[in-house]
Amino acid sequence: MDLTRMTAAELGAAIAAGETSAVEVTQAHLDRIAAVDDRVHAFLHVDTDRALAAARAVDERRGTGATLGPLAGVPLALKDVIVTRGIPTTVGSRILEGWIPPYDATVTTKLREAGIVVLGKTNMDEFAMGSSTENSAFGPSHNPWDLDRVPGGSSGGSSAAVAAFTAPLGIGTDTGGSIRQPAAVTGIVGHKPTYGGVSRYGLVAFSSSLDQAGPFGRTVLDAALLHEVMAGYDPMDSTSIDAPVPPVVAAARLGGTGDLSGLRVGVVRELSGQGYEPGVEAVTRDALARLEKLGATVHEVSCPSFGYALPAYYLIAPSECSSNLARFDAVRYGLRVGDDGVRSLEEVMSLTREAGFGPEVKRRIILGTYALSSGYYDAYYGQAQKVRTLISRDFAAAFENADVLVSPATPTVAFPIGERANDPLAMYAADLCTLPASLAGLPAISVPSGLSEGLPVGLQVIAPALADDRCYRVAAALEADHGHPLTEEAPAL
Amino acid sequence: MSEAPVGITRDEVAHLARLARLAVTDEELDVFAGQLDVILGAVARVQEVAAADIPPTSHAVPLTNVFRPDVNVPCLPRDEVLAAAPAAEDGRFRVPRILDEET
Repeated sequence: MDLTRMTAAELGAAIAAGETSAVEVTQAHLDRIAAVDDRVHAFLHVDTDRALAAARAVDERRGTGATLGPLAGVPLALKDVIVTRGIPTTVGSRILEGWIPPYDATVTTKLREAGIVVLGKTNMDEFAMGSSTENSAFGPSHNPWDLDRVPGGSSGGSSAAVAAFTAPLGIGTDTGGSIRQPAAVTGIVGHKPTYGGVSRYGLVAFSSSLDQAGPFGRTVLDAALLHEVMAGYDPMDSTSIDAPVPPVVAAARLGGTGDLSGLRVGVVRELSGQGYEPGVEAVTRDALARLEKLGATVHEVSCPSFGYALPAYYLIAPSECSSNLARFDAVRYGLRVGDDGVRSLEEVMSLTREAGFGPEVKRRIILGTYALSSGYYDAYYGQAQKVRTLISRDFAAAFENADVLVSPATPTVAFPIGERANDPLAMYAADLCTLPASLAGLPAISVPSGLSEGLPVGLQVIAPALADDRCYRVAAALEADHGHPLTEEAPAL
Repeated sequence: MSEAPVGITRDEVAHLARLARLAVTDEELDVFAGQLDVILGAVARVQEVAAADIPPTSHAVPLTNVFRPDVNVPCLPRDEVLAAAPAAEDGRFRVPRILDEET
């Protein structure tokens, strides 16, 4: 049995039963990374020694007769935006190149406590700003389905790793779609939890009112198992929700029976039509027919304010980023350029930020600085916040008659590397479907729904706040109906 | 609601870059001014959504005054933190000249 082809749930069970060891599983994935990652470039840093040490610790615990958690010894690819004590964390940026964090993110701590083996840190668009990983300072990752195409972004390193079978699990972060869009275009499962469901402590901030970490897996159950490890109240994050973690694993198992009787599915009319590839729309129509076959009732809903989600997002996120990234001041960590003993702090700061940030980060800082300026604040940032209210109202109205809302997760399949690199607005359009749930803080999953011209398409399932379990139930039912994880249809690397 | 003019000039971009402490090059200014003008034209559509009676949402989860117990916990280890700094001296961050900047 090739250990890299097994699901996380299968690996965890096999390790707990002593059919294999965490070290064997970890080594198999390190070998796979060595064999294919020069072509995929999912990883910025492979943490071989610590990964094997963590695996040995799991095997030793098992040897003492301790009961292991369901993911103990299972390897994972961690997005390089989550800080890891003693392990480089770059956020895809030159400004943090070589930085060794002195602390762990809450998510990192929870992974360690669960016995999950972090294989390394994955590539991403710089500061999570982008939809392709092309904004990484360290070069793009490649989509395992077609190496000339993007794996999505910003969490494209993690999605590429999971789709390339170099890790059964991955962690991404989603500000405007950065988990769901890469999951969709690489044919894997990715879930953005309810805002506040997963601690942001130790997640390098981009847009604090939107950032949310979440799981990737090749199956819905794997993503759910990881979700339960990551999630939960954290006093270190003042926006963390003090509520029980939604029962996502139970929901994934329930959905896996393939019965959606009584479920009311609303199809968002505004997330279709112009800008959507016919192939994506055809796969989505087929997925809706399958939901009906499984017992759900499907009807169309209208959310008229969703058309303003993209402009609102590209004011709110840059505004928050211009504020958050002010902390990169060449004083406490990261790069310092031009400190010749003569230049002032302000000059050194400006030269450092100029040298350390890439073009997309600079564009967004400048745009955010503009939108927050006196005289423009009301017309831009203030108006964008009103749009946010209207979008939440549209969702509330739609959920009066629907348990979940669905749409394509992306308007197109994975696009070729380079196609949109010099056209910011075309790149922003990749997030068309995912932005409304981000702005409203709602949970949303992308589940593989089929292929268009040989490339994966994802269905987005959105639920009300704290009802993440509904996303998993619907996703698991669709997956069960398909019969196997879509990644099994991917060409061999 | 105030209608702000749509469009951004090269000089404005240069001013904003200075405010944001970005020592951008002339070439970048040329590129960014054009791109930001296009982006701003697209995002200005939020101004079509009216109205004084719509409250702004700064945050999707309504939370206010979040407290936690005031308990002493160890801070980050000083040496590890300073080891990650670009320059340190005598157990402190060493910074470039900060006085006389305004003269």
